[in-house]
Amino acid sequence: MIYYTTDNLAASVELKDVPDVGYAALYEDLSERLKQRRYHVVHYFAVPDGEALRFYLLLADDEEHRVMISSFRMEYYDDVALPSLTALHPALHPFEREIAELYNVEFDSMPWCKPLRFSFDRRNRNSTIDNYPFYSIEGDSLHEVNVGPIHAGIIEPGAFRFICNGENVLHLEIALGYQHRGVEHEFAATQNRLRQTLIAESIAGDSAIAHSTAYCTTVEKLGLGTASEALSTERTVALELERMAMHIADTGALSMDVGYQLGQVACEALRTMTINTTQAWCGNRFGKGLIRPAGTNKPLTQEKIRMIAENVKEIRHRYNEVVEDIASSPSLLSRFEQCGIVPKTEMARIGGVGMAARASGVGRDIRLSHPFGAYTRLQHKMVLQHDGDVMARLRMRCDEVLQSADYIVALLEGYKPAEIARPDYCSPLKARSLAFSLVEGWRGEICHVALTDTQGAIATYKIKDPSLHNWLALALAVRGEGISDFPICNKSFNLSYCGHDL
Amino acid sequence: MGILLNTILMIVVAIAIPGVINRTRALLAGRKGLPFMQHVRNVSLLLRKGTVYSTTTTALFRIAPAVYLGAAIVAMLMIPVADLYPLISFEGDVICFAYTLALARVAIILAAMDTGSSFEGMGAAREALYGALIEPALMIGFATLAMFCGYTSFADIFESEQSLNLHLTIVMVLTAYLFVKITFVESGRVPVDDPRTHLELTMIHEVMCLDYSGIDMGMIHIAGWIKTACFSMIAANAVVATGCFHWWLAVPLAILLTGVSVGVVESTQARNKLVRNTTFIVTISALAALIFFIGYLLQLDINI
Repeated sequence: MIYYTTDNLAASVELKDVPDVGYAALYEDLSERLKQRRYHVVHYFAVPDGEALRFYLLLADDEEHRVMISSFRMEYYDDVALPSLTALHPALHPFEREIAELYNVEFDSMPWCKPLRFSFDRRNRNSTIDNYPFYSIEGDSLHEVNVGPIHAGIIEPGAFRFICNGENVLHLEIALGYQHRGVEHEFAATQNRLRQTLIAESIAGDSAIAHSTAYCTTVEKLGLGTASEALSTERTVALELERMAMHIADTGALSMDVGYQLGQVACEALRTMTINTTQAWCGNRFGKGLIRPAGTNKPLTQEKIRMIAENVKEIRHRYNEVVEDIASSPSLLSRFEQCGIVPKTEMARIGGVGMAARASGVGRDIRLSHPFGAYTRLQHKMVLQHDGDVMARLRMRCDEVLQSADYIVALLEGYKPAEIARPDYCSPLKARSLAFSLVEGWRGEICHVALTDTQGAIATYKIKDPSLHNWLALALAVRGEGISDFPICNKSFNLSYCGHDL
Repeated sequence: MGILLNTILMIVVAIAIPGVINRTRALLAGRKGLPFMQHVRNVSLLLRKGTVYSTTTTALFRIAPAVYLGAAIVAMLMIPVADLYPLISFEGDVICFAYTLALARVAIILAAMDTGSSFEGMGAAREALYGALIEPALMIGFATLAMFCGYTSFADIFESEQSLNLHLTIVMVLTAYLFVKITFVESGRVPVDDPRTHLELTMIHEVMCLDYSGIDMGMIHIAGWIKTACFSMIAANAVVATGCFHWWLAVPLAILLTGVSVGVVESTQARNKLVRNTTFIVTISALAALIFFIGYLLQLDINI
């Protein structure tokens, strides 16, 4: 047995039950298994365990709705390079980069061992993010354009180095890590559960609900008990509201970037209406304070249910008009279509997740493959596009907003406000256990993993935001495009800097 | 007296057009929008401010805004407002007008290259390309007017024929359309350029002015308004020359023609992909050639 098999709904696993196999066996199994598209690695990280380093790997099986957990060990004096899995399956690149960066583990024949977050380079202390040598190409007709790391406007920090031939982009390298905050460390540094919830809400401000849901589900699996049906319904409504708000905002932002004023102002108004609905529910426009472990402070009331359902119907109706306008406007279509294409094979190879992957025809949707919360009852139908261009990603948004609106209305219909417990900040957690949670945020698959120590305190907390995989998709999308189309390619992904940098 | 009024009216047109554009856009977006004179307030604020210069720039960068504004003003002084007479007028001033504006363009391109910024270099390259591509349209447009009217001075061209004549009307209306199109390109509006965008990688004119601040920035803005007013007035003159050739018609027409059309296009249409701009501008030149040909045939008095 190489794997311990569980699923996204099961409770935590005791660490002693996680098989401790040799790397060679795991490597052999994974190199074959990952060739099938049904498998993908949702998390892969190393944790110091006494003198040794213990590696955990979580593998999702989309068809059988299972998650398989395995681990292996590396002793302190083991000075052997592990054969790199990235060389075979580039989807593991960010994970191996993180392990190499944090623990100085060498991966043999790993292509491009670039630090992930530039937290600390053990081999060369002078190597920092400020003197990172960008990839460059020599040539008389080539020129480099650097954007960032300080962006104009309110964009977060990240450096983009373009190598261009005239107006055409040959290569884009993205450097992130400028705002590495040590979020994962913060989780382990405090055992105050309310504080941990607040940190989870601020992992990425635009995915506050998704990340706090992932955190709360994780700690609930560690012994707080499964969320009641009422609680999971309310969380799902919140999650879909967040999805609607962000997709509408991005539709507006894409319109703005091509100078289409009508789409921009219409979407800005609708987005405000959506986040104001969230605010009317919980007091915060981004849903902070709404998701709490094993309970809630803001249960839905009959009035709020009516208010949310009415607003969502209205937004759906008005958004649909915008969608029709966009689809029937030649000047917009000529900008969005055939621009920033990521083909399906490329997207699958780099392990793209979420709506960006679905826009390229790679069906990665946790709501379908590993249902959680109310999705177990919803009969979710995955939206899929095939072109992989900016228009496909815009269409994904258009379709998902309408779908989310339908889900919210369906969930609220016939939902009777139930007695929901208050949040549980005190109950002890299971000792020496591993719990994980997969949540489909608006951007894609979010994975949180918690490991507890012998006292039941969270010793290690690992977070994976969908942006971790999808930044590379953006770099591929702009190859061969005009540099002036970079902004709309970037906006069509709308990836998170802080979700990546943590 | 007429010359003074002519100059004052040109200034009025230059100030009014950005206001009309903003009002149109606000109206179509269902917003309250900026006050009509907001752009003037913004620029008057800029004119009272000092400037900051990058240490990598040279004197070229500092004199460019003055050259840019100066050239625009000289060009403006050559444009008649319908029946009024401009300050500068001589045989062949249409050519002088075109190349005075080309001088303005060269100044700002050189200044952008002087900063050494990769953004501004890209902007300069784009401006040079589009400037070169729009030049044939401009020259053929002037050639059409000159051929049809037999003069090479704006004042004479528009004054030459004021009788209601079908041939003249056709050529003049087509030329007016041509010049409205040229206005879009020359003043950097959607679909060629987007003055409101915040994305440096997509800008053309704006990106060349990224390093300017204070009074320099104000001068560049004013020069932009004047350029727009010049082309808009040429288009309006061409229209009024077909019948009611009076300044009191040409002025509101010049303001509304550009103001409303730019406002409507910017509200309802997306910007071109940058590579398509080339096609868009070459098409304007093709249109100019077509109008020239039509004018030529009409002059031969072929019955249509």
